[in-house]
Amino acid sequence: MGKKIHIVDTTLRDGSHAVAHSFTPGQVSAIASGLDSCGLEYIEFSHGDGIAGSTYNFGFSKYDEMDLLREAANAIKNAKLTVLLIPGIGTVEDLDLAKECGAKVVRVATHVTEADISMQHIKAAKDLGMIACGFLMMVHMAPVETIVEQAKLMESYGADYINIADSAGYMLPGDVKSAVDALVSNLTVPVGFHAHDNLSFAVANSLAAVESGATYIDATLRGLGAGAGNAQLEVIAGVLQREGYDTGLDFYPLMDLAEQVLEPIMVRPQIINTASLMLGYAGVYSSFLLHVYKAGEKFGLEPRDILVELGRRRMVGGQEDMIIDVAYKLSQDRGLA
Amino acid sequence: MEKIKVAILGPGNIGSDLMYKVFRSEHLEMGLMAGIAESEGIKRARSFGVPASVEGIDGVLELDDVDIVFDATNAFSHYTHAPLLESAGKIAIDLTPAAVGPYLVPCVNIGELSNAPNVNMVTCGGQATIPIVYAISRVAGAKYSEIVACISSLSAGPGTRANIDEFTQTTAKAIEIVGGADKGKAIIVLNPADPPITMSNTIYVQIKNRSAGIEAIAKSIDEMVADVQKYVPGYRLAVPPMLDGDKVTVCIQVEGAGDFLPAYSGNLDIINSAAIGAAEIIAKGLLAQRAK
Repeated sequence: MGKKIHIVDTTLRDGSHAVAHSFTPGQVSAIASGLDSCGLEYIEFSHGDGIAGSTYNFGFSKYDEMDLLREAANAIKNAKLTVLLIPGIGTVEDLDLAKECGAKVVRVATHVTEADISMQHIKAAKDLGMIACGFLMMVHMAPVETIVEQAKLMESYGADYINIADSAGYMLPGDVKSAVDALVSNLTVPVGFHAHDNLSFAVANSLAAVESGATYIDATLRGLGAGAGNAQLEVIAGVLQREGYDTGLDFYPLMDLAEQVLEPIMVRPQIINTASLMLGYAGVYSSFLLHVYKAGEKFGLEPRDILVELGRRRMVGGQEDMIIDVAYKLSQDRGLA
Repeated sequence: MEKIKVAILGPGNIGSDLMYKVFRSEHLEMGLMAGIAESEGIKRARSFGVPASVEGIDGVLELDDVDIVFDATNAFSHYTHAPLLESAGKIAIDLTPAAVGPYLVPCVNIGELSNAPNVNMVTCGGQATIPIVYAISRVAGAKYSEIVACISSLSAGPGTRANIDEFTQTTAKAIEIVGGADKGKAIIVLNPADPPITMSNTIYVQIKNRSAGIEAIAKSIDEMVADVQKYVPGYRLAVPPMLDGDKVTVCIQVEGAGDFLPAYSGNLDIINSAAIGAAEIIAKGLLAQRAK
């Protein structure tokens, strides 16, 4: 048997961005139960910006998040139901609620340089008896030494594994290898990787991560996710199986699930269009994409111009509100507003 | 002009910046800087000729001529300080998250609270955004309000970082109590960009009465911005109100005065400036009473 790779499905979390947080109870139930029967070990569900992310700033969820979480919990037999929590958006109170609704794992996500704001939530998760993952976002913005130092902080708070996210889909396999290599040799807990496909490297980067010693990989059905989406789960299953890794996934049923259940509910094809390409090129948080389209329309601007300016200002995850600020300024400069 | 003596508990960055602001005040003067060790802040106070004590709260309680005490320590310490200050007849302006007394956002509710023995300054994000929430809710009502405060990583101290939930929860509560929204939500984002970003805030309000009209809302906000600028000159409208259905969106930037803390940390400046602004109004009241 090959080396064990743990797959974390995040179709119902990162994929939530791609459907503007409109998942229905029926969709959540069908996707969660399908994934569970395909052998997924972790199934993540929450608003794309984590629990309590349903807001003006990030977009309101169409259905109550905790009701949907219960729906997912009921649909799952073996997988561990996982939620994302971004400190500054969600709180320990929200985590308590998520646990009551059936969450077993929480991934506490901060910007790559701000790990110390996760201490409160990682410790709370451990006190609640949950599995806690320290999740560093936008790792392309920091040198490897910083990534290691911040990961070690999360490890010291009690994180059971550390996941790094290429939230802007900016990294190339060499970047992933350097980061994962350094983490694997400096941490005692396992390392995971979360890809975005903005430069068409999501699966290649995930494979590079695994080859460098990562043992947790995030993926989504059809790659459904923010920007150009994530590593495509059914592709990851096939590639890792062919390379001799043990993912515990059923390849054929997974392809069927993607095609029969997920594809019909996609609202747009998960491709690398101009704006997604610009996210990866300029290093901008992938979840900004749909908000940038809206602002472009409102202010009569090209989405890519807004994205480049956001990248220049070094905006981080959570600063969706600055899209309006940037669009307003650009339109003023051009005499549009 | 006669001045009211104040003491500052906690000679850290916040306490030192408060001291610089007291130096500039027409109505306040430093009675004491109090800490619990011979720290940089204590030395700094002494170098300006300000009396300093390392006896903490005891040093403050010994001084009968100090009327107003700024508490820039931490919530845990303030729980101890609050009853002691009250029984000594000193007015406490609490900059910690303890919130023993009612929330104070000077340009909104100083009128109601100018005689309170203890007031709490909410959070930096609260001081920056609640005036706008209130400016909107007073003309159009507020069913729901959400604020996003983005501050530079360098301006977020270890206390804020270790308990970031306190920021979101306290700010959300004050959006309701002081801002007048039926429901409040607060989001905080730390941005590590170098050079550091200036504090920026976005305020969203779901209004109750669309017939109030954007002109009336804009006018109310302009008046409020002018009121805040009286104590925070670097407070400005970055994006004027936009009405989209029943949602109003406004962006505010806050540049600090650069007294002791760097100008980018408008978040720290605004809570300190608000505390000083409140103390000045309280001091004027005390002086008027004494003149009678």
